[in-house]
Order: sequence, then C-alpha cells, then structure tokens
Amino acid sequence: MKRSSDDRSFRIGTGAFAALVLLIVLGIAFELTRQSALSIAKFGLKFWTTSTWDPVSGDFGALPFIWGTLYSSILALLLATPIALGIAIFISELSPRVLRQPLAYLTELLAAIPSIVYGLWGVFVLVPIVRKLELATPAALKKIPLFNGPPLGVGMLAAALILAVMVIPFTSSVAREILKNVPSTQREAAYALGATRWEAIKVAIGFGKSGIIGAVMLGFGRALGETMAVTMVIGNSPQVSASLFKPQYTMAAVIANEFTEAADELYLHALIEIGLLLFIITVGVNLLSRMLIWSTKRRAVAPTIVTPIVAEEVAA
Amino acid sequence: MKKLFLAAFVLAATVASAQTVQINGAGATFPNPIYSKWFDEYHKVHPNVEINYQPIGSGGGIRQLSAGTVFFGASDGPMTNEQITGAGFRILHVPTVLGGVVPVYNIPEVSAELRFTGKVLADIFLGKITKWDDAGIRSLNPGVSLPNVDITVVHRSDGSGTSYIWCDYLSKVSPDFKKTVGVATSVNWPTGVGAKGNEGVAGLVRQTPGSIGYVELIYALQNKISYGSVQSSDGEFVRASTETVSNAAAVAAKNMPKDFRVSITNAPGHDVYPISSFTWLLLQESPKDVARSRIMVDFARWAISGGQGFAPQLGYAPLPKEVVALELEALNRVKQ
Repeated sequence: MKRSSDDRSFRIGTGAFAALVLLIVLGIAFELTRQSALSIAKFGLKFWTTSTWDPVSGDFGALPFIWGTLYSSILALLLATPIALGIAIFISELSPRVLRQPLAYLTELLAAIPSIVYGLWGVFVLVPIVRKLELATPAALKKIPLFNGPPLGVGMLAAALILAVMVIPFTSSVAREILKNVPSTQREAAYALGATRWEAIKVAIGFGKSGIIGAVMLGFGRALGETMAVTMVIGNSPQVSASLFKPQYTMAAVIANEFTEAADELYLHALIEIGLLLFIITVGVNLLSRMLIWSTKRRAVAPTIVTPIVAEEVAA
Repeated sequence: MKKLFLAAFVLAATVASAQTVQINGAGATFPNPIYSKWFDEYHKVHPNVEINYQPIGSGGGIRQLSAGTVFFGASDGPMTNEQITGAGFRILHVPTVLGGVVPVYNIPEVSAELRFTGKVLADIFLGKITKWDDAGIRSLNPGVSLPNVDITVVHRSDGSGTSYIWCDYLSKVSPDFKKTVGVATSVNWPTGVGAKGNEGVAGLVRQTPGSIGYVELIYALQNKISYGSVQSSDGEFVRASTETVSNAAAVAAKNMPKDFRVSITNAPGHDVYPISSFTWLLLQESPKDVARSRIMVDFARWAISGGQGFAPQLGYAPLPKEVVALELEALNRVKQ
C-alpha cells in the first residue's frame, strides 16, 4: 500500500518537473509576444522584411539582424563542421591511446572559455589578421560581391571565424561521444569483410549519422545565440550584404547593445520583438534538425543512439 | 560558545538593519564613478544611510523610476515630455556634474592635433566627407599635410549618453544631420562601424588607420588619448578640458529653464567647449516616502556643493557656482 503511493507521488513529482519545462517555454513565448505587442501591431509582418532601424523616428525593421545572424551562423557552420568532425574522428578512431584523453580534455576546455575572452582575442588578434587579409585581397577579386568592402578588419568574416572557433569544441565533443558509442561489433564486422581502416571509419560514421547531425545542429544553435564575442568583431552596422568584409549586425547583438538605453515604449517593444524572432528562429532550427535526425534514422539500418550505449556496456 | 557568537552576530545584524535606511537608485553609467564615490563618502558621515546605485543605463533608470522600482533615477539626457507624462508624477532634474565628448582619430601620417568644425564633423559622420584630404578639413588645418586616405567612421553600437551629446551637437550645427540622423542614445548611422563602449570605440580607432570616432572626455584623459579641438559658436577652436566644459555650463546658467532640462552644446562665450552636457539626478518632487526624500535632498545639496570637490580628480567637470545656486533653490521644491 505504502509502496504504491510512493510510486504515485514520485510519478507526480517528476511529471511536474517535466511539465515545468513545457511551461517555461510557453511562458517565454507568451511574455515575449506580450511585451512586443506595440511593435507587432504597428509593423506586422513588415518587421521581418524591412531594413530600416531608426530609433529616432521610431521606424523598425529586423531584416538586417535576421540576415546577419543566419549568414554568420551558416558561415561558421561551414567552417567549423569539417574541422570539428576531423577532430572527433581523429580522437576516437586514429589517435594514439596516450593522446586521446588529453586531446579530448583540451577540446572541452575550449568550450569552457567565456565568450568575452573570445571577443577580446578577436579584437586584438583576429581582427588585425583579417584586416591584413582584406588589404591583401587583389582588386580583381574585390569586384565579386563576396569580397567587396572596406578593409576594416571588423565585419562578417571576423564574426564567422570567431563563431567557428567557438562552435568547434561543442560539435567535436558531441561527435566524439557519438563515435565512441558506436559498438565495436560494427567496426569488427567491417574489418571481417576486408574493409580498410578508412572504410571501417565510414561505417562507424554512417552508424552514428543521426547523432552527428545533432552535434552539428547543436553548434548551429550555439552560433545563433552567441552575443558578446560577435558584437565585438562584427562592426554592428545593420545592413543586408553578401560581403564578407562589410560590417553587419546580429539579433542577439542589437538587443544587448541597445536594450539598456531604450526608454521609448515602441523602441523597447521592437527590441523585444527581435528577441521573439530569435526565439522563433531557434525553435525552427531545432525542429529542422529533429526532422533531419528522424529522416536519417528511418533510412539507417542501425538502431537508435540509445542501443549503442547498452551495447558498449556489454562489450566492455 | 559558537552559538553565543552566532546569537550576538544575529542580534547585531538586526539592530544595524533596524537603523539603516536603504535607498535604491538606477540609471546612467557615465556618472557612476563619481556617484559611487559620493554615496561612499556620504555613508561615512551618515553611517545609517546606505544609497545603492545600479548603473544600468539612462533609459533603464528612467524606466525603473517611472515604474516605481527605484526611489531615484539618473540620466545623461533630460527626460522627454512624453516620458514625464508616462511616469505620472513630477520629477526634478538635478544637474550633478558635466561631461564632454571629444573626437579621436588615427592618421599615422599626421602627428599634429587637428581642428574641426561642427559642420565638418557632421559631414564626416553623414558619410559626405569620405577622404582625409577633403578641402573642408584641409582649410581648417593649414600646414598639416593630410593624406588621401578613406575615412572610417567609428560610432557607439550600444545606446549611450555619449552618442546623445554627440548627436545633439551635430544636429545643432548641421540641419542636414538633424534631418537624416537626429538626436537619441541610439541612432540610425548612415555610415561607419559600431563599437561597444568608450573602450570599444577607442580600441577600434587605435587599430584602424584613417578612422575617426568620439569618446567621453574622461575616457580620453584617463587613457591619454589625443583628440582634436572643435570650433565653438564664437569661432574659437577650443580643446576640451574640465574647465572649458564647465565654462559651457556657466554660460547656460543665465538662461537656465526652471526644470533644468537644458542642452548646453554649442554654447556661446569665450573658451567654451561646444560638445558639453550636464548629467542629471532624477528625484521625485512629491514622493510618499518623506523620510527617504529628506535624505535624498540632503545628499543632493551636499553633492552639488561640497561633493563637487571630488569631480576634477575623477575627470568630471564641476558645476559652476551660478548653476549650484539655482539648484539649491530648486531643491526646496521637493517635498520633505
């Protein structure tokens, strides 16, 4: 009698905690919408598509910030993913046993560095290097929109590079965990069939594909929301441009920069609406990555990520 | 024994807290160093008064004061009529100290101190003057060989009283600037890159050849950054200093409006630095809590008189006597 009531209260308790997560998410969405009501009513969907940001005349459009956030994050993802996966594969598959732990520890250490420190490094080390690079760009190349812009050092390229450095440890640690949890039977089976080392690694990667996509998306999510380091190197100029050299702006950065001094109601609501857009985009990206993981899982022959962990325990 | 200690400690704490009056305020970051000093000194003389100040920005200070979450506010720009109506109660603006904003630049080829007019600065920040050897800049600086280099404008990316003062001045001297940019703590800059804080602007200017930006006079003085002089409305080229900034306020005292909401940029007179401004303490004129109000008025009286002695050593321009006299009179209006 007593024991079954224990069971019930335990279930209710943990259930309440789980419900709390849902409530918090809904609460955030509700509060963001409520506090941006003025701006939503005034600009409607135009807020997403116009690019004037003028606090003096009270005219607000978020397009440059949406563009800057997505552009810098996607660039960072393109730069970081191959490197991060390379690190993960080397540590889990190829590295000598002695190096494995120290390397894993060092990549995780990179993730623990506060973003303001990355920002300072960006300002004092990365930006001057990028400026030299921009000055050295031949004039013919500068005609291409991608490389068109003043050699300031600060700008989209610096932001993408610093984001890439910040994202690498996240993606590589998770990817390494995934590869570590691929059961050794998979590799053994590959070797038994006469596979080379590279082919056996390919099998392991195929096995952990859905988890690796998750690792990449985790990095993307991190890049979307990064504020401090980005605002220190991106140049903070709201414009929609494909150029890597031009200064641009991100959503998180504009909120951090302008919130404290926003005394006007509409201005404040517009800033909070940017927060709402960032929330929507983040949720969207997460949903997309979920769907990507589901679709690869359905196609893959391998069981879910949960199984390999069990399998490894047995193997060990 | 341990228990006894604990009991004594708790007792001491309760006794202390029963006597201590805590007053909370929030607002501008610019005057935070001197406000902290003042609150600290005031606490030494009045051990039972503890004034807490959060430097969260002028906008945040005005918001919190209006919402009633803090007892007093502080701002680098005067509250607008709309903001005062929004607050729903009368607010007294008390000028406490002054600050100036100076143009800083980095042209490796030039070691001389450059001269600017408001018009030229406005055109640079509008993106109309794009080269350092522009005729407008050259004619102000005869004898300086300016290079044919692109100008990179660096402005603040964060909302800031510094930007407010800078834009306020440029709007007064250039109708074009007033029309396309305007005056606010954050504006829509037609050109340039944004950097966070005085240190961000100064850092970027130092790194970028051909750049120009603007920083607080205090910041430039403390970090020994050289800056240009600016032509006053009397036609003199004036270098910013705590004295030339105070001069701007002395001139303004003659036509001081009753509510002290006044802009003193581009003030007339001899040796007056044109990009100067007050920073204000925002007090409720008739608060319910009379006891706290009495303390704040007493504090404000001391800050604008005896407390001014701390201003120069911290890099702030002190209030001129004329303004102090007007303020002491105005503080009588506060219910206490």
